[in-house]
Amino acid sequence: MSIQVKAVSQAFHHQTILDNVSLTIEPEKIYGLLGRNGAGKSTLLNIISNRIFADHGTVTLDEQSMRDNDQTLGRIYLMSEVNLYPDRTKLNKLLDTTTQLYGDFDRPYAERLAKEFGLDLNARFGKLSTGYRTIFKLIVAFCVPADYIFLDEPVLGLDANHRELFYNELIETYSEKPRTFVISTHLIEEIANLIEHVFVLDHHQITVNGSVPDILERAYTISGSDHDVTTYTQGLNVIGADHLGGITAHYVYGPLQDDRPIPDTVKIEHLDLQKLFINLTNTKEEAHVN
Amino acid sequence: MQFNFNSTEPIYLQVAEQIEEAIFARTFSEGEQVPSTTEISKEFHINPATVLKGMNILVDANLIEKRRGVGMFVVPGAQGRIVEKRRNQFYDDYVKNLVSEARKLHITKPELAQLIERGFQAK
Repeated sequence: MSIQVKAVSQAFHHQTILDNVSLTIEPEKIYGLLGRNGAGKSTLLNIISNRIFADHGTVTLDEQSMRDNDQTLGRIYLMSEVNLYPDRTKLNKLLDTTTQLYGDFDRPYAERLAKEFGLDLNARFGKLSTGYRTIFKLIVAFCVPADYIFLDEPVLGLDANHRELFYNELIETYSEKPRTFVISTHLIEEIANLIEHVFVLDHHQITVNGSVPDILERAYTISGSDHDVTTYTQGLNVIGADHLGGITAHYVYGPLQDDRPIPDTVKIEHLDLQKLFINLTNTKEEAHVN
Repeated sequence: MQFNFNSTEPIYLQVAEQIEEAIFARTFSEGEQVPSTTEISKEFHINPATVLKGMNILVDANLIEKRRGVGMFVVPGAQGRIVEKRRNQFYDDYVKNLVSEARKLHITKPELAQLIERGFQAK
């Protein structure tokens, strides 16, 4: 039971977008897919949901190919950044169409969510602001009867109150009806504790793939006087550094050497997800992931 | 209920610590229901599996118990057990640091004893 992405590569006009990407998406888990602009996140999500075909590699759901397979495709849903709805159609009408496409579309829930977000279902899609377009697409994503839901930029244009409401509704619907959500977002701090597992896509490859606590367990800030910090982190996987006056902080991803004495002047703390992400993806040359 | 989370310690441990603290302070009395996984999850935007992992630490420590279909409740005697545990940890958690800091500041043993005396007087 899972989605298996195996050795997927993709290029457009001789430019690499994805390079040998493999990962597993399990049922009933919340994932984060993080990556900088242009890292290939949307392409990956489009390939998984059969909107584009990969040049190389396979995507399977429960060991069945997902390429043009109606049975498996009905079980996944992609809320994408692009707007696929016709501008002049009213939202109510769009919900009618979606209900016809997905037999078990939860219409009452959609209407309840619309009310909570203050979305008028008599409006035409083209008249909506960026934020309300996102909200409408989110509502559809929450109400389709899919086992795997991919949310590409789900908080695009949402104000703080609506983001709060979105996170609450996500937990509510996930608790009531556990299913998989894969969230691709730039607001890492807001989802850091919400996701169970994280993928980082950097320079077209998956460079981090693991449970959030396990990943953070291996991420450290070593700070203190420049000399002591540099001595202590020699040979460790230093992914970034900050300097302030005579104080140096080295960010380390990977194991520390336990047999090395820690000088009193050196402080060791854990990094948070956002800081880890920034340092891992800052420059190609500096980031070496074990 | 007010939780304070930091970003450097595993969240499931913080969930366990914060609930334990609330039981210790009698915010949740014995026999009373503690907030559900979903409630905590929603309030602080923490993955429900993470919250459950934290709660299970307290279940294993026999501080809260699951009542099927109802929720989690504070076990009778839980507060006393937390007090007992903290008394046992008092030396490691507080006294060691106190003496170590005193040494760095060249505070002598009699001076430290005097300061402790003053602390008790002030209460």
